[in-house]
Amino acid sequence: MKKLLTHLDWLESEAIHIMREVAGQCSNPVLLFSGGKDSLCLLRIAEKAFRPGRFPFPLMHIDTGHNYSEVINFRDKKVRDLNERLIVASLEDSMKKGTIVLKSNDEPRNKYQSITLLEAIEEYGFDCCIGGARRDEEKARAKERIMSFRDEFGQWDPKNQRPELWDLYNAKVHKGENIRAFPISNWTEMDVWQYIERENLELPSIYFAHKRDIVRRNESIVPITEVTPIKAGEKIENIMVRFRTVGDITCTAPVESEADDVNKIILETASTVITERGATRLDDQTSDAAMEERKKEGYF
Amino acid sequence: MTEQKNNNVLRFMTCGSVDDGKSTLIGRLLFDSKMILTDTLNQIEKTSKKRGMNAIDLSLITDGLQAEREQGITIDVAYRYFTTGTRKYIIADAPGHEQYTRNMVTAASTAQLAIILVDARKGLLTQTRRHTYLSKLVGIKHILVAINKMDLIDHDESSYHQICKDYLQFANDIDLVSPGVNIEFIPMSALNGDMIVERGDSLTWFKGPTLFEFLEKLDTSEDIKESTLRFPVQFVCRPHASDNKELHDFRAFMGRIESGLLKVNDKIKVLPSGHESKVIEIRVGDQLINEAIPEQSVTVSLSNEIDISRGDMLVHQNDSINAVKDFSAMVCWLAEAPLSLSRTYLVMHTTRVSKVKITQIHHKVNIQNLEMENAETLKTNDIAQLSFKLAQPLIVDNYEDNRSTGAFIIVDESTYHTVGAGMIQSIA
Ligand SMILES: Nc1nc2c(ncn2[C@@H]2O[C@H](COP(=O)(O)OP(=O)(O)O)[C@@H](O)[C@H]2O)c(=O)[nH]1
Ligand SMILES: [Mg+2]
Repeated sequence: MKKLLTHLDWLESEAIHIMREVAGQCSNPVLLFSGGKDSLCLLRIAEKAFRPGRFPFPLMHIDTGHNYSEVINFRDKKVRDLNERLIVASLEDSMKKGTIVLKSNDEPRNKYQSITLLEAIEEYGFDCCIGGARRDEEKARAKERIMSFRDEFGQWDPKNQRPELWDLYNAKVHKGENIRAFPISNWTEMDVWQYIERENLELPSIYFAHKRDIVRRNESIVPITEVTPIKAGEKIENIMVRFRTVGDITCTAPVESEADDVNKIILETASTVITERGATRLDDQTSDAAMEERKKEGYF
Repeated sequence: MTEQKNNNVLRFMTCGSVDDGKSTLIGRLLFDSKMILTDTLNQIEKTSKKRGMNAIDLSLITDGLQAEREQGITIDVAYRYFTTGTRKYIIADAPGHEQYTRNMVTAASTAQLAIILVDARKGLLTQTRRHTYLSKLVGIKHILVAINKMDLIDHDESSYHQICKDYLQFANDIDLVSPGVNIEFIPMSALNGDMIVERGDSLTWFKGPTLFEFLEKLDTSEDIKESTLRFPVQFVCRPHASDNKELHDFRAFMGRIESGLLKVNDKIKVLPSGHESKVIEIRVGDQLINEAIPEQSVTVSLSNEIDISRGDMLVHQNDSINAVKDFSAMVCWLAEAPLSLSRTYLVMHTTRVSKVKITQIHHKVNIQNLEMENAETLKTNDIAQLSFKLAQPLIVDNYEDNRSTGAFIIVDESTYHTVGAGMIQSIA
C-alpha cells in the first residue's frame, strides 16, 4: 500500500510533533501569542496536540502598548474560549522599571520587545518559548533551527547553532538558557492561509479588507492613528486596506486590498508580488541584515 | 478550493563543490517558476550592483547570512520553499565547503532527494564522490546528478555521457546502484536557465525531462509495510478533569507513526515492558480515524489500563523486535571537541534518552578516498563505525530498514550540545 499525507496534513502533523516534543522535553515552556494569524495557527495545533487535556503551557503576549483594539479584544476572547491561561508582559512595565528607555514616545517599539520578553523569561523561569515564526518570512530566518538555542542573554548565534538532524530535537538547556521552538518553520504565508481556511479559524477583523484613513509615505501605506499622526504636507485618504501581519501600530502597514474573506485573501496571496515583511513591516527594510541583527539581540 | 491543490511534500537538498552553481540553480528554479517576489528581487539587484555585478546574481536569493554575504560563500543549511500545482517543495541548500560536511549530513537527514551538482568542465571531483557517499550513508533513495555549466563546454553531448558513465561506475563501486535507489542525470546551465524550468535551445540533443518536470513527476511514496508499526509515545494525556465524568479516567497516548500502519482494534504491545493491549480509538484533534499512516501525529486510546510513559514504543503483538542495550552504528561527529572514549554521553533516539558509553572505534572512513582507517578518536566531520553500550534499553531498527528508529543523536552531558549523528548498523 502507498499513501502520503497531503501537504497541509503533513505540515500540521509536523507542527503537532514539535509541540509535543516541547511538552515532553521542557519543564516550563510558554507559547507566545500575539493575536496574529501565525499564532492562531499555533493555538489550533496546540488543541490538536493536547486536547482533551489542557495545554501543558500558558500563553504569553508581549504587549507593546501600541495595539489595534480589535486585536486585543480578539486575543482576550480567544483565551476565554480556550479556557487557558494568558500572561501579558507589557513594554510599559519595562519602561516604568527603566529597563526600556525610549528615544521618543512614538518610536517603533518592536525592537524593544526582546527586553520585555527576556525579563518575563527570567521572572517566570521559562525554559522554552514556542513562537510562530516561519522560515519563508526573511532570509536570516531561513537558516534558523526548529528548536533554536539562546544563551543567557537571549542571543542567537547563527554560526554556532546546534545541528538539527532528522526530527530528533535537542531542547536541553541549562538554567538561564532558553529554547525558541518554531513549529510552523516550514510553512509559507500561503500554507497559513490555506490552513486558516481549512480549519475555519477566526481572525481579528483587521486582517480583512476594510476602509481606513491612511497616508502614503515612502512607498508605504501608513494608517493614521493616535501614535502615527499625519505629518505636514501629507494628505489623508480613506481606502480599502487589510493587514497581512498584526503588531505594533507604528511599524505595521496595511496593503491595499478588496479581499474581505479568507478565500479572496488566498487568491490575492497566490498572485501577490511582494513578500509579507517587505510590504508590511516598516522596520525591516532598513537593511538586508536588519533581521539578523535583531535576532542576535534576542528578538524572536 | 483555490488554485493551489498540493498533493504532498517533497524535501530535497542540493550539494556540490563550491561554485558548482547550487545557489544559482535554486535561484533559477524559484525565479523561472515565478516564486521570487519583487521586493526580494529589488534587494538582490541592489546588492548585486553594490558588488559591481551587471546582471542579477540569483545565488543571493539563498545565501542568507551576513557573513556569507561578506565572504560570498554558503556556510550553513538554508531552507527555501516553493509550491507548484502538484506539490510543496522544501529545499535544503547545503554548503559545499569542506569543513562543513556536518551541515551536509544535517540537510541530508530530512531529504528524500539529493541533487548533486557537477561542473561539466571538471567532471567528477573528490567532493562529488564525498557527497554521493554521504547521500548513500544517510539513506537518500533518489539521486539526481545535475551536470551544470554545459554552456562552458559548448553543450557537448559526448562529455555529458562520459560524466554519466564515470558517475555510474563510481556509484557501482560504493554499492549505491541497487533496485531501491533511483539515479538520474540532466545536463543544464543554471546561469542561462537551460533545462531548469525551460528547455532552452542549446541542449536539444537531450530528450529527458527538465529539472522542473523531473521534480513534479518524482514518486517518493514507499510501500507501507503494515507489520512494521513503530509508534513512540511522546506525551501521555491525563486531563484529570474531576468535574467532568467522561474525562475523569481518560488517558490517551500521543505520538507520531514512524512506520507501518496503526488501525482500530489492532493488538499491540508496549516496549520495553511487553504489556499487551488493543487499540480502541485513534484521533487527529477531535476527529476519529480508522487507521493512521506514517508521519501522522495522532492520539491513541487503549482498551485496558497499562503503565505507559514517554519513551515507550507501541508495536504489533506479533512483532519480534526487542529492546537492546548494545549496537554498532555509523556516526558523523559534529562537534568541535573530539570524541572521548572515557566519557559518557547521552543518546536521543525517537522519544527516549539514555546515557551511553562508546566502547570501540572500529574504523574511520577516509572521506578523500573512502577507504577505512584506524582511529583513536574522532574530530569534527569524521565519519566512523562505533560500538555503543547503553544504560537504558532502546527499541531500534537498522537504519537501512527504518530511517526513524535507526537514527539517533549524541548529546554532550555537560554542554548539552548535539555532538554526533548516528545510524544503526547492527544490533547485538
Ligand atoms: N557559465 C555558467 N556559470 C554558472 C552556471 N551556474 C552557475 N554559474 C556561476 O558560477 C558561480 C558560482 O555559482 P553559485 O551558484 O554561487 O555556486 P555555489 O557555490 O554552488 O552555490 C557564479 O558566478 C555563477 O554565476 C552555469 O550554468 N554556467
Ligand atoms: Mg552557494
